[in-house]
Amino acid sequence: MGVITELLKGLRVTGATMLRTITGREMVTTEYPKEMRPKPQRFHGRHVLNRYPDGMEKCIGCELCAGACPAACIYVRGADNDPDHPTSPGERWGYVYEINMLRCIFCGLCVEACPTEAITMTHLFEMSTTNRQDAIYTRGELLMHPDGTVPHMFPDDPLADLEELKTADGWVRATAPAGDPAYQGVKMWQGTPGPASWDPEPTQDEIDARSEPSDG
Amino acid sequence: MDWADFGIVVLRVVLAFVLLLGATIINVWAERKILADMQSRIGPNRAGPWGILQTVADGLKLFFKESIVPRKAELATYFLAPFLSVIPAFLIFMMVPFGAPFMIGDREVILQGADLNIGILFILAMSSMAVYSVVLAGWSSGSKYPLLGGVRATAQAISYEAAMGLAMVAVVMFTATQGDGGTLSLAEIVNRQQGTWAGFIPRWNVFPEIVAFVIFMIAIVAETNRAPFDLVEAEQELVGGFHTEYSGMRFAMFFLAEYVNIFSMSAIAATLFLGGWTGPTWEGQIPGWISAVLPTVWFLVKTYFIIFIFFWLRATLPRLRYDQLMSIGWKRLIPAALAWIVVSAVAIGVRQFGLPWS
Repeated sequence: MGVITELLKGLRVTGATMLRTITGREMVTTEYPKEMRPKPQRFHGRHVLNRYPDGMEKCIGCELCAGACPAACIYVRGADNDPDHPTSPGERWGYVYEINMLRCIFCGLCVEACPTEAITMTHLFEMSTTNRQDAIYTRGELLMHPDGTVPHMFPDDPLADLEELKTADGWVRATAPAGDPAYQGVKMWQGTPGPASWDPEPTQDEIDARSEPSDG
Repeated sequence: MDWADFGIVVLRVVLAFVLLLGATIINVWAERKILADMQSRIGPNRAGPWGILQTVADGLKLFFKESIVPRKAELATYFLAPFLSVIPAFLIFMMVPFGAPFMIGDREVILQGADLNIGILFILAMSSMAVYSVVLAGWSSGSKYPLLGGVRATAQAISYEAAMGLAMVAVVMFTATQGDGGTLSLAEIVNRQQGTWAGFIPRWNVFPEIVAFVIFMIAIVAETNRAPFDLVEAEQELVGGFHTEYSGMRFAMFFLAEYVNIFSMSAIAATLFLGGWTGPTWEGQIPGWISAVLPTVWFLVKTYFIIFIFFWLRATLPRLRYDQLMSIGWKRLIPAALAWIVVSAVAIGVRQFGLPWS
């Protein structure tokens, strides 16, 4: 008889789930293109090359991101700045910058490796293309405009959400380098006009204070 | 037999055929939708209202797909197998009365493909025939996974057909006491389930033959190769089982046969145990055409109740191991069915002839 009670128990689980679903009390999936889920704050999406507020590029063509990349999908070549009209504040600038999005695993190591915080990630993840050539993002697609807007490969696509390109990833929000509590809540980020202009995350003390009532 | 009779026969066969195909289109969609509900998903909802045209879209897609023939296939059997699976599936339903007989002029029209006096035997024969398609498809594909699926199908179908037949025997025995002599005709079995016991319990066979009903339900789930008895297809172990090497319209025919079988078997369960099309029609109290349609509605309601149990089981139970399948079939169901036949026979005998010592 044990088998039968177990069977009835199982049937009750599925039956109750069905009733909850058709009465709209429980639904795990959403109708994706119509209804987007909120993404986690530190979502790793498409990369963007940042600028300083004065319009200078942050990238100095040092190729550390290419070295850090575990998928070897970044190709950078630096060139000497023109002393009269420099592109970046350093000696060199990245005059070739390519990311092969088909190889990229969106780990964010390039973001961590970058000494000038030139490359960061955004919340955009809908990057499907109809040919492989389009999946290789070059400077033209990655570099933000001086006003802080970020180019989108298919801006007319009905699915394209340009807001996602303005949302910075976790690296920009992390505010305590090496876990140093002295820097909690302090914006450790050099200014940019675009996605990276973001308020720092609250300090751990503030987060603790906010969640304390529910703990008690 | 004149031309009018001939026309009526053709019409009712076409009607049964259309009912079956329409129900299949609904069933595939309903299964996906119900499974989705049981798993807190949305399910198909793009094609037509609530996604109800999903099956049509899938069918059209399969229709335009290339039918790939494996190099090692035995061509004659390979091409024959899909037809062998569809034809018995349709023939089984021809035995099922799906509505009350009515009169056109002085001719009685039965809503049934054909009223054979050996209906139950015909059903058993056709469900055995369906095994051939699976075995032949598995063997003629010239590939190892389909072959394994075909071998499993043979063992499974033989094991559970015995239990299914024995459960039917109990019903036939009980039906014989409900009227004038025994019968194997499904129309007559339905007729004898009309009316009520004690004024409110419908005279359905399910009440006196509840054990046979449970055995029959388990056996038809196994007969139609549905979860938890879908070892024949077992996607995780055998890729797709016997139809792995079939594509396009030939695959669609296996798929169609599976769902037609589900509907036919559920209809037979409803007919044998739940009174088929019997049910209140409130004749004279409501418009005549509603009364005329109600028996078919009752039949569909009962059939879909059983189909829903199929879907519910599929969403709930994991697949059985092969030795569990065999042990349930041979060590549980067949002895239980035999014991129930004895119990049932003794009870019928006592009711008809009294206790042996009195």
